[in-house]
Amino acid sequence: MTDAHTTTGTSSHGAGPFIAAIDQGTTSSRCIVFDRDGRIVSVDQKEHEQIFPKPGWVEHDAAEIWTNVQEVVAGAIEKAGITSADVKAIGITNQRETTLLWDKNTGEPVHNAIVWQDTRTDALCRELGRNVGQDRFRRETGLPLASYFAGPKIRWMLDNVEGLRERAEAGDILFGTMDSWVIWNLTGGVDGGHHVTDVTNASRTMLMNLHTMEWDDKILQSMDVPAAVLPEIRSSAEVYGQVKGGVLDGVPVASALGDQQAALFGQTCFSEGEAKSTYGTGTFLLMNTGEKIINSYSGLITTVGYKIGDQAAVYALEGSIAVTGSLVQWMRDQMGLINSAAEIETLASSVEDNGGAYFVPAFSGLFAPYWRSDARGVIAGLTRYVTKAHIARAVLEATAWQTREITDAMTKDSGVELAALKVDGGMTSNNLLMQTLSDVLDAPVVRPMVAETTCLGAAYAAGLAVGFWPDTDALRANWRRAAEWTPRMDADTRDREYKNWLKAVERSMGWLEEEN
Amino acid sequence: MPKNIQSLERAAAMLRLLAGGERRLGLSDIASSLDLAKGTAHGILRTLQAEGFVEQDPASGRYQLGAELLRLGNSYLDVHELRARALVWTDDLARSSGESVHLGVLHQHGVLVIHHVFRPDDSRQVLEVGAMQPLHSTALGKVLSAYDPVAHTEALEVERKAFTPRTITALEDFEAVLDMTRARGWAADVEETWEGVASVAAPIHDRRRMPVGAVAITGAVERVCNAGELRSELVAAVRDCARSVSRDLGAGRF
Repeated sequence: MTDAHTTTGTSSHGAGPFIAAIDQGTTSSRCIVFDRDGRIVSVDQKEHEQIFPKPGWVEHDAAEIWTNVQEVVAGAIEKAGITSADVKAIGITNQRETTLLWDKNTGEPVHNAIVWQDTRTDALCRELGRNVGQDRFRRETGLPLASYFAGPKIRWMLDNVEGLRERAEAGDILFGTMDSWVIWNLTGGVDGGHHVTDVTNASRTMLMNLHTMEWDDKILQSMDVPAAVLPEIRSSAEVYGQVKGGVLDGVPVASALGDQQAALFGQTCFSEGEAKSTYGTGTFLLMNTGEKIINSYSGLITTVGYKIGDQAAVYALEGSIAVTGSLVQWMRDQMGLINSAAEIETLASSVEDNGGAYFVPAFSGLFAPYWRSDARGVIAGLTRYVTKAHIARAVLEATAWQTREITDAMTKDSGVELAALKVDGGMTSNNLLMQTLSDVLDAPVVRPMVAETTCLGAAYAAGLAVGFWPDTDALRANWRRAAEWTPRMDADTRDREYKNWLKAVERSMGWLEEEN
Repeated sequence: MPKNIQSLERAAAMLRLLAGGERRLGLSDIASSLDLAKGTAHGILRTLQAEGFVEQDPASGRYQLGAELLRLGNSYLDVHELRARALVWTDDLARSSGESVHLGVLHQHGVLVIHHVFRPDDSRQVLEVGAMQPLHSTALGKVLSAYDPVAHTEALEVERKAFTPRTITALEDFEAVLDMTRARGWAADVEETWEGVASVAAPIHDRRRMPVGAVAITGAVERVCNAGELRSELVAAVRDCARSVSRDLGAGRF
């Protein structure tokens, strides 16, 4: 034990070589340079404009994003004080489902990118469901027909941008999620750029068949999307091409992963049953289900976890919680009960329990595992005894119980019990929340030492592709536990509280009468 | 007990009077409420006004509470905010030093551990958030006592218990350690609290240079020390981490 430590240097990173990763996210683009131990050497980040043309619509200017990506790559390399010769590969992770069409001859987008949160395809999705409903393509794609996914967004642009369908059918238009857009531009753009996507991003289009890992002709026909616009589907970790121009000229572009899948990879959840949960504005929980495609009967999504080179694809079950960190922000901004997000813990810690209050933040309906759009938020169990501190506690408990509902659904669908939950994201600095999470899950909750699991996952995949790291075992060896919370709640309390939570959830349903 | 300073008592009474609801008061109201001569009251009000604690409405000439009081209230740093800001830096410190990291603040005559990063090996470790450490013998406690006057007073008042033969308990010796801590900017605990354990700590300051906490690495004395001396690269790493957190607190507050 001591030997390993006496050799530990303290002067941050060595002389390299390094792996760079681009995270093209919803609000910003970032580039992080990592060393062989998976430690961060440098970071650069730039936000881009959120465009809201109408209520419910969200767009990004893809040209602005590409400019920012170039800037943050140059920035991170400069801050690290290195050159392209020190960088063995670059990987990409990205906001998922955000959809772009561009002209392959000019490299110009034909329309702003339609962002995953955009709901303009709601009606189109209902129409596409025909008499079957939202599960029409679930068997093939693992997804319900919902406005997030890329396929219907492509269809919307083809229907609404004048002359676009003709140009698309003539083969002049390319479709891509943000990974494709960044890779195409990095590898030369109009000058021979590679038009590719990876299996994880393709699995969010509703156009890829999960079983064959190829575009599904029948669905393409149903959605009326011409195959000519589609990128080639590749693995998540292989060399797609070399960077052409810029500070990283000649460096292999060697990975692409959707952001949540990249976090799964960065958390080194390489074995069946391993799961990670990212606590941000919303929360995304993914569980590795190995080489098995597990159909969910509990409202989860079946998706591709990752695929390394020509190895078999690894699948995942995904559950998302719409409102977690955003509930704390709501307490701060709308209710004014706290001055900063961190203060929710101070307020909640001032009492021993929730005082009987339960907060179901179904602000835009209930997501997994219920999928009830007629639900709205409730605070149940109010008495004169309840103070704002009890409500703060109920706010944190809401995130914990919603996680429990998703892990229960995963266990039901997969038959695998959750052994431990690896967590990341901003809310992991909340000690009370992490303890509560462990209490209600009755499982250890573990935080890794590198908080930037998303970028790290993309770097890991790129590093594997070029042999910088030999195998996933070497990546596992890099993983370090920064903290671990173990259950302290007795079983009776847990059962009683869960029952109360479920009662509160029931009371949130059926509030809107026009839908059901 | 020495006699309290009368003008400060009067100033405090004025602030309480002005805080008693949403109101502005004229000089004569204030003077008569507190049973003071007008001239005395005016002198105190003018001083409070110069410090920003009281403002005078230009139109009516009446007095109200000043913005500086609000800023005083807001400058209190929530410990959970401190933890959130320190998270990345303390992770990196644990990673680079190979030792566990603790973040501590003054709380009830001791050091409250508000954040703990495990030593980055695969050994079984228990989260120590919420634990208390003594002020006089630990590196965190010495840093807080050296930089925070309140902690200093408390460290002098508590019983300085000898946990090991190396614990410094005598007042004069303890003060000398604090002087040295202030002079070099860090403190150590080499087997003064726990046998076989050594620790190095440095202070975290907020944007007004107020000491808000301390960060420390802790590990086996064989690893943290070399030939009886604290390893200088570990000291540097702890101080770098404390500076990074301090910079983050200063840069992001307004």
